[in-house]
Amino acid sequence: MHCTVKIPSPLRSYTGGVSSVTAHGATVAELLADLEQRFPGMRFRIIDEQDGIRPHIRFFAGSREVRDLTERMDGERVLHVICALSGG
Amino acid sequence: MADILWIGTRKGLFALRPDPRRRSFRVSAPQFFGHVIHHAVQDPREPRTMLVAAKTGHLGPTVFRSIDRGRTWKEAAQPPAFRKATEGEKARAVERVFWLTAGHSSDPGGWYAGTAPAGLFRSRDAGDRWEPVAGFNDHPMNSRWAAGLATPDGELLHSILVDPRDAGHLYLAISVGGVFESRDGGRDWAPLNAGIEADFLPDSNAAFGHDPHCVELHPAMPDRLYQQNHCGIYRLDRPATTWTRIGKAMPKSVGDIGFPVVLHPKNPDVAWVVPMDGTTVWPRTSVGGKPAVYQTRDAGRSWRRQARGLPAKNAWFTVLRQAMCIDTRDGRGLYFGTTGGEVWASANGGETWRRIAEHLPEIYSVTLAI
Repeated sequence: MHCTVKIPSPLRSYTGGVSSVTAHGATVAELLADLEQRFPGMRFRIIDEQDGIRPHIRFFAGSREVRDLTERMDGERVLHVICALSGG
Repeated sequence: MADILWIGTRKGLFALRPDPRRRSFRVSAPQFFGHVIHHAVQDPREPRTMLVAAKTGHLGPTVFRSIDRGRTWKEAAQPPAFRKATEGEKARAVERVFWLTAGHSSDPGGWYAGTAPAGLFRSRDAGDRWEPVAGFNDHPMNSRWAAGLATPDGELLHSILVDPRDAGHLYLAISVGGVFESRDGGRDWAPLNAGIEADFLPDSNAAFGHDPHCVELHPAMPDRLYQQNHCGIYRLDRPATTWTRIGKAMPKSVGDIGFPVVLHPKNPDVAWVVPMDGTTVWPRTSVGGKPAVYQTRDAGRSWRRQARGLPAKNAWFTVLRQAMCIDTRDGRGLYFGTTGGEVWASANGGETWRRIAEHLPEIYSVTLAI
């Protein structure tokens, strides 16, 4: 399944400045794996080596928050990667 | 090629370039703008190569590499990362890359990195791909040595030292955890903390659990180590294994607490520290708002105050452990950066100081690329 992935500004150095990319996969993990092929290094900035979502990162399949990378997109066509841009 | 003073800050990496007479320094635009830069280190074996430890407030940690003296950068293909945890095992994830050390001269391309939580990593290809050093990260005692007594910035592994006579002889330090030594290239490790005070521990004679802030090995006399610790300034002359608190010779009104210790490149009796306030709740600022550098010329038997040119009062900054360096060519050029974003320089071994940059973000690292 092809989905649109919305890329937050801190990650656009990996996508050449592009804010929205297409990826192939049925789960968040598969979408991220597909993106990693094209944008090497991006995944580790948002997912740690234990496959944990980093503390200030959130994923939404459409408007549904995804807390487990193995969750399926379930028909949603847009994955939002959210950086909680708080702090000074 | 002109020298560059690299300034790692909470908001990016800055280069200070001197004019030919070294009267003034020009501040570059930030690189990695918005990134937390804990360390920027030139490779002494291949001076065109530099590594930078970076993260942002919200993204994970990484390492950037330059092979053209910092003009262009490329991210490491495989940044430092712990191995995947097995079932039932505590999972560790690198939160920040805190420290970088170039490897032995016989090991071109070899580098070490220290992280928070405390982890030791090695690269064999000049910083492109990093692997965990299992001998330390998976040592049977590791969970006790790195017990999670973290500083506010995490449990920091720093001061990775390579004996210039022996590529397999290594030291490292953990805040909080102590100093550790390996004589077999990192396959096995042992604590090296005898004599170090730890007034915050139930057992002040504990073998580990200490809080080294910065450890340096003298390049011309590698059996000599200096340590600025949470509980004083120490020296160790190997093969002895018990540190001596040389900070006791500091003025009582100033104390011997601080972060950095910097060594003269040739004379092993000469070192500099920057005392800070370690009383009550540990303000960690210059003592009394009167910043000063202290120099020893006799391996810590006595100390001299060096404050000419520094603010005489109302200056409440801190100099962090990577934020002071020396020009290793002459041992006279000294530089430090402050948490208030100022860079101070001395051209005469600390006798006089002048401010060469201000209004930068909080400074974490000051290193000289030659």
